[in-house]
Amino acid sequence: MAVFVNGVIFDGVDTAAADAWRLDAYVARGGYQALRKILDSKLPQEDVIAEVKNSGLRGRGGAGFPTGLKWSFMPRSFPGDKYVVCNTDEGEPGTFKDRDILRFNPHALIEGMIIAGYAMGTKAGYNYIHGEVFAEYQRFEEALEEARKAGFLGQHILGTDFSFELYAHHGYGAYICGEETALLESLEGKKGQPRFKPPFPASFGLYGKPTTINNTESFASVPFIIRDGAQKFLEAGKPNNGGTKLFSVSGHVNRPGNYEIPLGTPFSTLLEMAGGMRDGKKLKAVIPGGSSAPILPAEIMMSCTMDYDSISKAGSMLGSGAVIVMNEDVCMIKALERLAYFYHEESCGQCTPCREGTGWLYRVIHRIANGEGRPGDLELLDSVGNNMAGRTICALADAAVFPVRSFTKHFRHEFEYAIEHGKTLVDHKWC
Amino acid sequence: MLEIEIDGKKLTVPQGSTVMDAAHSVGTYIPHFCYHKKLSIAANCRMCLVEVEKAPKPLPACATPVTDGMKVHTHSDMAKKAQAGVMEFLLINHPLDCPICDQGGECQLQDLAVGYGNSASRYQEEKRVVVGKDMGPLVSAEEMSRCIHCTRCVRFTEEIGGFQEIGMANRSEFSEILPFLGKTVDSEISGNVIDLCPVGALTSKPFRYSTRAWELSRRKSVSPHDGLGANLIVQVKGNQVMRVLPLENEDINECWIADRDRFSYEGLNSAERLQKPMIKHDGKWHEADWQTALEYVVKGLNGVSRDHGKDAIGVLASPHSTTEELFMVQKLARSFGVNNVDYRLRRSDFRADAAQQGALWLGSSIVELASAKSVLVVGSTQRQEQPLLASRLRQAVKKGSELNVIHVADDALLTKLNAKLIVSPQALVNALAQVLKAVVAIKSGESAIDLAAVTVSADAQRIADSLCGAETASVVLGNVAQHHPAFSELLSLAQEIARLSGARFGVLAEAANSVGAELVGAVPTRGVFGAAVSAGLNAQQMIAEPRKAYVLLNTEVEFDSYNPQAAVAAMKSAETVIALTAFKAEGLLDYADVLLPIAPFSETAGSFVNMEGRLQTFNGVVRPQGEARPAWKVLRVLGNMLGLSGFEYTSVEEVRAEWQGKGEIAPSLNNVLASVSANVQPAASALVRVGEVPLYQADAICRRASSLQATRAAAVPVAHAAQSVLDAAGVQSGAVVVLKQGEGQVRVALEADAALPAGVVRLATAHPTTIVLGGMFDPIEIKQG
Ligand SMILES: Cc1cc2nc3c(=O)[nH]c(=O)nc-3n(C[C@H](O)[C@H](O)[C@H](O)COP(=O)(O)O)c2cc1C
Ligand code: SF4
Ligand code: SF4
Ligand code: FES
Repeated sequence: MAVFVNGVIFDGVDTAAADAWRLDAYVARGGYQALRKILDSKLPQEDVIAEVKNSGLRGRGGAGFPTGLKWSFMPRSFPGDKYVVCNTDEGEPGTFKDRDILRFNPHALIEGMIIAGYAMGTKAGYNYIHGEVFAEYQRFEEALEEARKAGFLGQHILGTDFSFELYAHHGYGAYICGEETALLESLEGKKGQPRFKPPFPASFGLYGKPTTINNTESFASVPFIIRDGAQKFLEAGKPNNGGTKLFSVSGHVNRPGNYEIPLGTPFSTLLEMAGGMRDGKKLKAVIPGGSSAPILPAEIMMSCTMDYDSISKAGSMLGSGAVIVMNEDVCMIKALERLAYFYHEESCGQCTPCREGTGWLYRVIHRIANGEGRPGDLELLDSVGNNMAGRTICALADAAVFPVRSFTKHFRHEFEYAIEHGKTLVDHKWC
Repeated sequence: MLEIEIDGKKLTVPQGSTVMDAAHSVGTYIPHFCYHKKLSIAANCRMCLVEVEKAPKPLPACATPVTDGMKVHTHSDMAKKAQAGVMEFLLINHPLDCPICDQGGECQLQDLAVGYGNSASRYQEEKRVVVGKDMGPLVSAEEMSRCIHCTRCVRFTEEIGGFQEIGMANRSEFSEILPFLGKTVDSEISGNVIDLCPVGALTSKPFRYSTRAWELSRRKSVSPHDGLGANLIVQVKGNQVMRVLPLENEDINECWIADRDRFSYEGLNSAERLQKPMIKHDGKWHEADWQTALEYVVKGLNGVSRDHGKDAIGVLASPHSTTEELFMVQKLARSFGVNNVDYRLRRSDFRADAAQQGALWLGSSIVELASAKSVLVVGSTQRQEQPLLASRLRQAVKKGSELNVIHVADDALLTKLNAKLIVSPQALVNALAQVLKAVVAIKSGESAIDLAAVTVSADAQRIADSLCGAETASVVLGNVAQHHPAFSELLSLAQEIARLSGARFGVLAEAANSVGAELVGAVPTRGVFGAAVSAGLNAQQMIAEPRKAYVLLNTEVEFDSYNPQAAVAAMKSAETVIALTAFKAEGLLDYADVLLPIAPFSETAGSFVNMEGRLQTFNGVVRPQGEARPAWKVLRVLGNMLGLSGFEYTSVEEVRAEWQGKGEIAPSLNNVLASVSANVQPAASALVRVGEVPLYQADAICRRASSLQATRAAAVPVAHAAQSVLDAAGVQSGAVVVLKQGEGQVRVALEADAALPAGVVRLATAHPTTIVLGGMFDPIEIKQG
């Protein structure tokens, strides 16, 4: 189910119409005007980048890094090959927005990447698509073909000197391949394992060449910014949090789905849009930014607005915008056990603290969930987590630790109860 | 330069240094597992975490670039806590059964756990069990639960070995180090992963569980195999060599050794070792005491010289012998009046002897070769002949040097080539002449060699451009070129190319002491340090015109000769064949009549001169087995018994002092021929053999190393040829054919091989299944099934 309100990316997209994703429909919605504008006016590369900077667009892949700034790191005068790469690996539990971009509006992404290619002087780009969304991958390939045929993509785009090739690549469903350098390794045909940074992709990326990696949603926001102007995008959100953002709402709500709303919208509004709590149950907690983001209890969450700054002030992260809503029937130990299992499975295994620590965390939490917790286990979890976070090559270890820290902080009594009584306080209801 | 402070010590380091580099330069130890100075940085073990001022979290020293003014604390609270945290993670799933681990006592994890770990574990869950893997006969991967996933082994095979033989499959704690499915880990230098593995996951299969590390004594030695002269640590228990490890020498072997250097020691302990002198009477072998055996030898030599003259005696010596042995054997021969002395058993062209002005050598140091901006390797099955040098050249290519190849087969060199010319042995001279012609044109020079008939191909031009364009360049001739029937022409051409292009040129010494043998005059035309001598017959002539008596030093002619068929026939026709040997070899038992047990390199003091002319001395690491005696002593006693003067040595040092007193090594190394000549027309297009010596058949010791003999490289050789050759012969790839040279023929499978030029059949020499055949690069016939 997808609902879009006041969209930037989904502006005018009729998700019920079978052909809304096609080139014609996109062009009818004003698609590829941004690209024409750039090419017609021979807009200097710096100006494109400046526009993206001014829009306040922050990376939608999780870290929220300003996109325009990232683009400015690319050595524009570098003479050799350079690449732009789109990250559609979307493996984070709770996140399902990029899939809908490919499904309903793939040309927004294609146009965004072409503009990025123009701005950074690259001749080729790749879109790395999560291996388990194969139908969307196929649709994207079709959309690419449409764009090529129409002259938006390939050699001498729209008859100009500007050429840009874009290719789709599907992965095999490993979460770690969403980490940008693991993605590059995988794209090169190697095992998907993060690289140590520095060097950063902007100097040593795909095939060792300067590369910029952005999330699908980040790229897909660019055509609007160029067409309608940075100011308009910025105004759609709030200062330092420009634009609208896709939120993948899941969990105990009546209407789970993707919602594109202005940054700064109160969480309560988003919850209402999603139909409110299912079965009239009470809201217990929310993970506001995907499974790696710290969980927030209902009271805190209800006072937040949905933007980078507000969520961060509340002690969590906006992350990828995956909003996981939990009602009062959720046993927090069970919920955490599930998350811990995920990271234990998905660690790439190269760093000692992550390889060994994710399994350790999971086993201790599993024990507690099964009434076999021991005194000292919470301190143990805390200490193991401290030995992991910030000690590894990529942020997966941190992502595995954040939930543990936040669950045991906000719902400590549930853990203490289980350890003391050999059973959980909340009788978890699976639904 | 950047300024950095490590634990209060101020220093400056070059731009691009890591914190680990900086720490090393002031002798500060930072614990580490995945870091290795010769491998890429993986930064995965996290053992090297240190505190860097102003950084919010501990940083890995191995991967953190030094920035100006950086202050690092390797022992602060933050650093120590971080290191202890990592150590705890490493140990939670590690089987803590060190007493039954083969690595016990030499384990980095064990050592660091003592310094950085806790005495009790907070991990109460079950430990992970990882099933063992079969990596082949050399590397044991039985104990994979011990693996700490540092990926040193993976990176080694890929980066130094040249191709990935080991990988890390799966994710998370299910990650496992594996060979490729159904594949072994036994390429020519893969044994180094055993040293690299910081724990007991990868261990030496032959050595495993034979003894404890602390029971072994460590003795320095030098590899007796190829011409590199790798430095060794030989580990000994009781009177037995138990294991061989690299001794680091950046100028020669860096910190590696080839598998041949590492595992050959098994040959030293082989059941074939000759323990006592033996004499053949009426076709039966009998053990004898030394006195009897030596008297037999003296009688034999005196008899032949009385009946047929001194010229009826030939001396063939192995270049794997020590310099002192080679010096003694030529001295003994010449003092006795025998001028027929040669070490070059696998040579087939001796025309250069007359023009030779010094000892043939590499023409530069190994380091100079590896840092040359352009290298041309002519006629070398590199990975087989010089495994470590081949790896070093691959590293050089990575650093930007251009590697060019002229060879008789397009072997996988596992690196990027600038240009290559792959031609049949008959066109090898022409190929090199093409390069010379292009060089002459580039340099507007002149050559004494007539190049009118030569057409320069595009690849030859590229090679010439590369050599002429590079600041430093080297042209080197490998074994195939040295054994080739036109070696003197190839050497002439190399000399001309070098002269005109400004490159260095030389030969890749085949054996540990080829250069030593050249220097001390183990050749029929030159004495010690080139002293004038009455010329004798060379190795080929001694075989082609059979002698009545042969003295063999450390050689089995069926494996060590250019033409084994002819060599064995010559031996069989002799009245007496006197073999000084460490092994009761099948061949020797057949054609010799007296065997004198001599000590291999491990049981005698001696020296080798490596390809770059570096003299390396060593001592015996164990006492000689049985009644074996160092060959220099045997030769000394023979000198005494033959009534010759000048054989009064009491120690090997005296022998060394004597040959060293006769000249200087450096000025005696000289590849330049007094006159050059080459016939640049490709020879007639008969089918010829490409018959190289297999990796583990190169010398008597490695031939008897059982684990090496179980590797892929030691498989029974099959023949290969281009499809066109198969078509012409009307056979399918894989069909069994009869291959014939002279009187001998073998039945062997013939497989199509796109790496071979037309007109050749490649079938290894020096193997028991092929020794009935003839010359290594001579014509050969294919007869159908
Ligand atoms: C373990 C891990 C998984 C990640 N997965 C994704 C992902 O699926 N999609 C994504 O866009 N970014 C993911 N990221 C973030 C990327 O590394 C990268 O920061 C992002 O693609 C940059 O794009 P942006 O600047 O447009 O956000 C992941 C990061 C980590 C550490
Ligand atoms: S933190 Fe985990 S997932 Fe990331 S590189 Fe290290 S082991 Fe792999
Ligand atoms: S097998 Fe040894 S060298 Fe290889 S990854 Fe494991 S611990 Fe490291
Ligand atoms: S030695 Fe630095 S991370 Fe392993």
